[in-house]
Amino acid sequence: MKRYTRRTALLEALIIAVALFYMVPLLALVNVALKPKNSPTSAFEFDPNLTWSNFGTAWQQGSLGGALVNSAVVAFCSVAISVVLASLAAYPLARLTRRWSSLVYYLFIGGLLLPAQLALLPLYTTMRDLGLLGSLASVILISAGGQLPFSVFLYTSFMRALPADYEEAALIDGCGPVRAFFHIVLPLVNAATGTIIVLNAVGVWNDFFAPLIYLSGTGQVTAPIAVYNFVGLYHAEWPLVFASLCMTVLPILITYFLLQKYIIRGFAGGLKG
Amino acid sequence: MTLKTPGQSDRPPGRGRLRASQVPWWFMLPALALYLFIVVVPTLRGGFFAFTDWNGLRGTWQFVGLENFTDVFGDRRSRAALQNTVILALVVTIVQNAIALALALALDGLLKTRSALRVLFFAPVVLTPLVAGYIWSYLLAPDGAVNVLLRSVGLGGLAHDWLGDPSTALFSVCAAIVWQFTGYAMVIYLAGLAGVPTDLVEAARIDGAGPWRIFWNVKLPLINGAIVVNLLLSVIGGLKQFDQVVAMTNGGPGVASETISTAILKTAFSSGQYPKSIALAVLMTILIAVVAAAQYRLTSRRVEV
Repeated sequence: MKRYTRRTALLEALIIAVALFYMVPLLALVNVALKPKNSPTSAFEFDPNLTWSNFGTAWQQGSLGGALVNSAVVAFCSVAISVVLASLAAYPLARLTRRWSSLVYYLFIGGLLLPAQLALLPLYTTMRDLGLLGSLASVILISAGGQLPFSVFLYTSFMRALPADYEEAALIDGCGPVRAFFHIVLPLVNAATGTIIVLNAVGVWNDFFAPLIYLSGTGQVTAPIAVYNFVGLYHAEWPLVFASLCMTVLPILITYFLLQKYIIRGFAGGLKG
Repeated sequence: MTLKTPGQSDRPPGRGRLRASQVPWWFMLPALALYLFIVVVPTLRGGFFAFTDWNGLRGTWQFVGLENFTDVFGDRRSRAALQNTVILALVVTIVQNAIALALALALDGLLKTRSALRVLFFAPVVLTPLVAGYIWSYLLAPDGAVNVLLRSVGLGGLAHDWLGDPSTALFSVCAAIVWQFTGYAMVIYLAGLAGVPTDLVEAARIDGAGPWRIFWNVKLPLINGAIVVNLLLSVIGGLKQFDQVVAMTNGGPGVASETISTAILKTAFSSGQYPKSIALAVLMTILIAVVAAAQYRLTSRRVEV
């Protein structure tokens, strides 16, 4: 077995240096957000007169509170919808061996390659005709629908790997398909559910494209749009802008550092199957 | 972590075991309905309208053949967008995967701090791309951190307005994207490397293979699946790129860093040229499909060798 030698120690020191360098943009984000207006110091220097007032100003001027709540609502609802619908759809897709069912499966995973830009204008006019422009419902539906290809793909590959014995036994004992699904199949693919929740929640929280088109210019915006509008107003005042950026990404960064093991595993888990 | 390579076939245990009548096929209806409504039907309508003069307001439209596509190629912004997007996708894919693979190889070894390092390198991945773009536009500003750093190490001659200079704007955006997503590619390579059997590496070492030979002849062929996934993710991500561009340059200066996504939005909502923007989206879809098909074929053939 290879041992920890002096060369390994050297490599370790090198990679740690690279990692610290890699963190500079994140450190700059926090550092600049704490500086007073017109601070003469650069991104790497700490201004001794650090101040928290940027956060208060940015919070109020940018209406960040409402935007963060909207982001949370959109993320929660769209992920919940896609998890329920995708897991339900994946079950028959994993168990059936018919020609039409594999066609449906390929229809779903084909969506992995379709850019939202192609559906954009027709969907925009449909949402306009339905009166959903400017409402969170439109972004929730679009995000949930957009998550389906990946979610169906992952659930289907996990469920295919699952032996059918348990459901078979339950069905013989007179259990209906709905109960068999929710009590037996779904708990056995928890790993897939975890990955899908992590990836989709991060994706929706960070999404800029859909809310920009369906929500901008209205009072109901998500966090990235609030930041976008805020930067448009105060683009030269970096400390203020960075305070608003900080508050937008803080919820997700805190969650990440608390649950890093599960989140990294979630991202890597997208590979399985 | 198991990685399945394309072309590998093992019959999954649960498939085909239940009688078809026992499988609740109607479970797929709600998902199918939402998917048709949000993705399939609008996409098909988009593909169709690319050949018409539909403007989204009137109910009527007429076929115009390939006119929208000739409009795209006759338009400076759209041509620049197509070219920039391909360059961006190539640069990001190559640089990001090279760095990610190197980091993964280093962190797959004996380093004591490897899990902490993995957490740090992955952290930018969860950041809002728009926010990452704003951070980098600050770092790359004329008196920003990058220029300060260059001047302090005596390379002041290299310092300039990275985002304001048409020759560096696109590559500056690439740098921000690489910074943000290298950790993702690294984690996928790490998952692939974890699936390489240690006794195989040991056997090669005993037979006298150096680190380079072990990497090239033992590890690389075994992480083929991770390579396919990473290349696909970064090329497709690059072709769709929107957020960082909006945050850093909004396509400028001029059209120097315009991408297909930013051009689609400007063409549709600022100029009101709906058919032309849909034709651009069709070209983007074709690009993605071609890349996906080519990559899948190339990499799955290499497995069989």
